[in-house]
Amino acid sequence: MRVVVAMSGGVDSAVAAARCVRAGHEVIGISLRLARDGAGSCCSLEDFHDARAVAERLGFPHYVFDFTDVFEREVVRPFVAEYLAGRTPNPCARCNEHVKFGLLWRRARELGATRLATGHYARIGVDPESGGAHLRTAADAAKDQTYFLFALTHADLERTLFPVGELTKAEVRSEARALGLPVAEKPDSMEVCFVPAGDAAGFVERQAASGALRPGLVVDEAGREIGRHGGVHRFTVGQRRGLGVAGGPRRYVKAIDAAAGTVTAVPAAALGASGLVAREVTWAAGHPPPHETPVAVRIRHRHAPVPARVAPVSAAEVRVRFEYPGPAVTPGQAAVFYRGDLVLGGGWIAEAIQ
Amino acid sequence: MRIYLDHNAGAPLRAEAREAMLGFLGAPGNPSSAHREGARARAAVETARTEVAALIGARAADVAFTSGATEANNLALRGLVRPPAGLVTTAIEHASVLETARALAREGVRLAVVPVDDEGGVSASDVVAACAPGTALVTVGLVNGEVGSVAPVAAIAAGLHGTGARLHTDAAQAAGRMPIDVGVLGVDLLSLSAHKLGGPAGVGALWVRSGVALRAQMTGGPQERGRRAGTENVAGIVGFGEAARLARRELAVATVHAGRLVDRLWAGIQARIPGVVRNGPASPPRSPNTLNVSFPGCSGESLVVLLDLAGIAASAGSACAAGAVEPSHVLVAMGRDRETARSGLRLSVGPGTTEADVERVVAVLPELVAQVRRGAAA
Repeated sequence: MRVVVAMSGGVDSAVAAARCVRAGHEVIGISLRLARDGAGSCCSLEDFHDARAVAERLGFPHYVFDFTDVFEREVVRPFVAEYLAGRTPNPCARCNEHVKFGLLWRRARELGATRLATGHYARIGVDPESGGAHLRTAADAAKDQTYFLFALTHADLERTLFPVGELTKAEVRSEARALGLPVAEKPDSMEVCFVPAGDAAGFVERQAASGALRPGLVVDEAGREIGRHGGVHRFTVGQRRGLGVAGGPRRYVKAIDAAAGTVTAVPAAALGASGLVAREVTWAAGHPPPHETPVAVRIRHRHAPVPARVAPVSAAEVRVRFEYPGPAVTPGQAAVFYRGDLVLGGGWIAEAIQ
Repeated sequence: MRIYLDHNAGAPLRAEAREAMLGFLGAPGNPSSAHREGARARAAVETARTEVAALIGARAADVAFTSGATEANNLALRGLVRPPAGLVTTAIEHASVLETARALAREGVRLAVVPVDDEGGVSASDVVAACAPGTALVTVGLVNGEVGSVAPVAAIAAGLHGTGARLHTDAAQAAGRMPIDVGVLGVDLLSLSAHKLGGPAGVGALWVRSGVALRAQMTGGPQERGRRAGTENVAGIVGFGEAARLARRELAVATVHAGRLVDRLWAGIQARIPGVVRNGPASPPRSPNTLNVSFPGCSGESLVVLLDLAGIAASAGSACAAGAVEPSHVLVAMGRDRETARSGLRLSVGPGTTEADVERVVAVLPELVAQVRRGAAA
């Protein structure tokens, strides 16, 4: 069968492609040009050349598609708008949903492919209830990327291959070395790909319309002014740096009110929330679980899932109560629900419940 | 056997040009040297210069070799226009003109970019009207490489008469496709590229009318009469000269051949693919070798990939350094929206293209377009 492999130029997608070739698929490698100026770490010519070198080595055709319009519309602009609205966006999940499994899948279909393969660390299993495709966490828990993939539908998953989902990163690199792939030792990319030097605030300031920035007050938990800041987009929940508050206990951002321009900073002990409200929720089962279903919820990519109970408010909204209050909740991030290695569903964090 | 229908991006090297070049690959010889080796190289360069000049009805002494049409365009624009002088061009020029013009505008040059009509046509009176006192240069490409429209360069020259503005034309996409005579065109400068007409990549030329003072951009030697320093690319220039000789000798045959193939392509596509739109001039004058079509609902990017997998080389839009296809700025300037500008397919034929090649494309293309449309709609 004809398979399109999304190739970033890194080692994971290179090994994913190699595994598709070995499985006997007719592979077409596609790299995506996402950002126009290439100022971030993505879409450099070197990455495209690396992807092409892998394709040459493995003997399949490789092309670069220009996705700058859709990336700007579906990822970059929402990223800027979220920061300006006082939330912390999750562009990788949006990119997966709209770009890789959206427009790229459409392109793959146009090319006559019946599957899209990527180098994500995730697995696709069979749903014990429905018999349909079901997202599962990667064998390498440290590399698991299901947090960015929760929005994939059954239909998405049924035509998707995650060829490295059963491997650890070390195994991926050793497989790349054994195949003589030129990217075997290429370092991992960790940052948001289109933001140069990890400076999200600077990026937002360059992209935003003048007058859109919201400077204002830093206040304590009682609402008393304890400092001033240059814009709500410079903060994320849990952040300590940049508050400009002198003296007193160490303070961390607990809440951001873009309309008022206010950043609430509290001592560490007061940072945690007791739960959250998530919206635009999708459930793998196609419907919300029963009230008070116990789950593990992950609320930031690098955090371990924590036990919680979910209380669906509607088909697309859920209230989540942590079993042990404590985690800081960041609006704009995803809340992804797990049972064991199964991804039950997920949505976007609208607010914390204190 | 692959079928190559992307001659406007770069034509295959003609066998005769390759043969001529071989005699200068490996042989020592700086044309500026006093010894016999140098003299042999000098003679070859000057023979080539005569051939290139003959292709455009010019004097050999007025032809300066460059590394390509991009350098020739840069030399023409940067060599003649300094702030606060004015520069006039059109919206459908090659990037080596448009990007250079915009760079000059950032330095303080007053830039006017003249729009085109929905067939890629340039209005001579619009161009002349865009000139102001202080306009130093007008630059309008003779043939557009994406859609094949032909600009009314001679009429622009007539309109500029007495204004003091110089006229430059990028003729890289015109050479070998139509007769070119600098006297008839009335231009002051004209750019050429070797690899668009069967010579090697990396060589081009700028013809400069005698008496037009040009500031060299490459300095550090007396080569090319001080217009372009640097030891000549002898083998490349020899290949250019041979390709120019062939292009001039075969022009009548080549244009008829190309025109017949493109007519057949268009008739076949029109008959077999619903909804196809031809981009560019509906009737001559137009470049005989170029067919630019859009299939609404069909991504040009995907179509080019499927054609490539089927053994047919074609292009869509303008390719960036990575080979990704951006919406064509030419189609956007012609009033197409960005989606339509992404659905363009350019087929450009050359002397080596056969009727069998064209028939194969007409046979294969309908199913590929249908496949892309099905994939898009699913």
